[in-house]
Amino acid sequence: MVNRVVVGAHYGLRDWLAQRITGLIMALYSVVLAVVLLTGQPISYAVWSDLFAQGWMRVATLLFAASLAWHAWVGVRDILMDYVKPTGLRLSLQVLVLLVIAGYVGWAIQILWR
Amino acid sequence: MANATIHKQRPKYLSLQAILFEIRLPLAGWVSILHRVSGVLLFFSGIWLLFLLDRSLSAEAGFRAIQHYLSFTLVKLSLLVLVWAYCHHFCAGIRFLLLDLHKGVDKVSARRSGIVVLVASLLLTAFFGAKLW
Repeated sequence: MVNRVVVGAHYGLRDWLAQRITGLIMALYSVVLAVVLLTGQPISYAVWSDLFAQGWMRVATLLFAASLAWHAWVGVRDILMDYVKPTGLRLSLQVLVLLVIAGYVGWAIQILWR
Repeated sequence: MANATIHKQRPKYLSLQAILFEIRLPLAGWVSILHRVSGVLLFFSGIWLLFLLDRSLSAEAGFRAIQHYLSFTLVKLSLLVLVWAYCHHFCAGIRFLLLDLHKGVDKVSARRSGIVVLVASLLLTAFFGAKLW
């Protein structure tokens, strides 16, 4: 048996796993939301705003947003690592992506708890 | 040394022309690259989708404004593209999760599941598109 010495920060495995778990969370949320919307009343403002006024829906949507943030970060970072070779440009784009994602999450929280 | 500088005419791989017309991507390759494309598309559309959610939940008037906005064909088509992107990303994602669990990795079932992903995401898009129209 070969004893492999794993070195480094381990964030590769962590992000790989996180992308899958967050994907599952979002898939579950999507199915639940689709079922709720398709089996409920026709969507009016009352139906729509009542849905997002409920505590469980706000928390679930926040969980979705948090999952999306992590999932999208890993995904876009992988794509940037694959296609953008100059280090400075890649780093700048990655920072930009992080800012965009942070902005998305902030806006989502603002919408959910206004 | 003169002989050492003879250059062979090497093929240039991965020119745009080669990618588009010469390289025949296998089906699983299409599922994979479309997973990337749809992911990027959804990332960039976040701002628009959040705008739709924000206005539609702001007040009755905002909801009506969004309803009116969504009645334009161009807006509907844009949303339909995002619906496809979401459905494809969803279906292909589940396929990748199963592959991670070593389910369906042999050539025949991987190809079959690839077809299922492409067809299922189009069917789902058609279903939600019908709801949209």
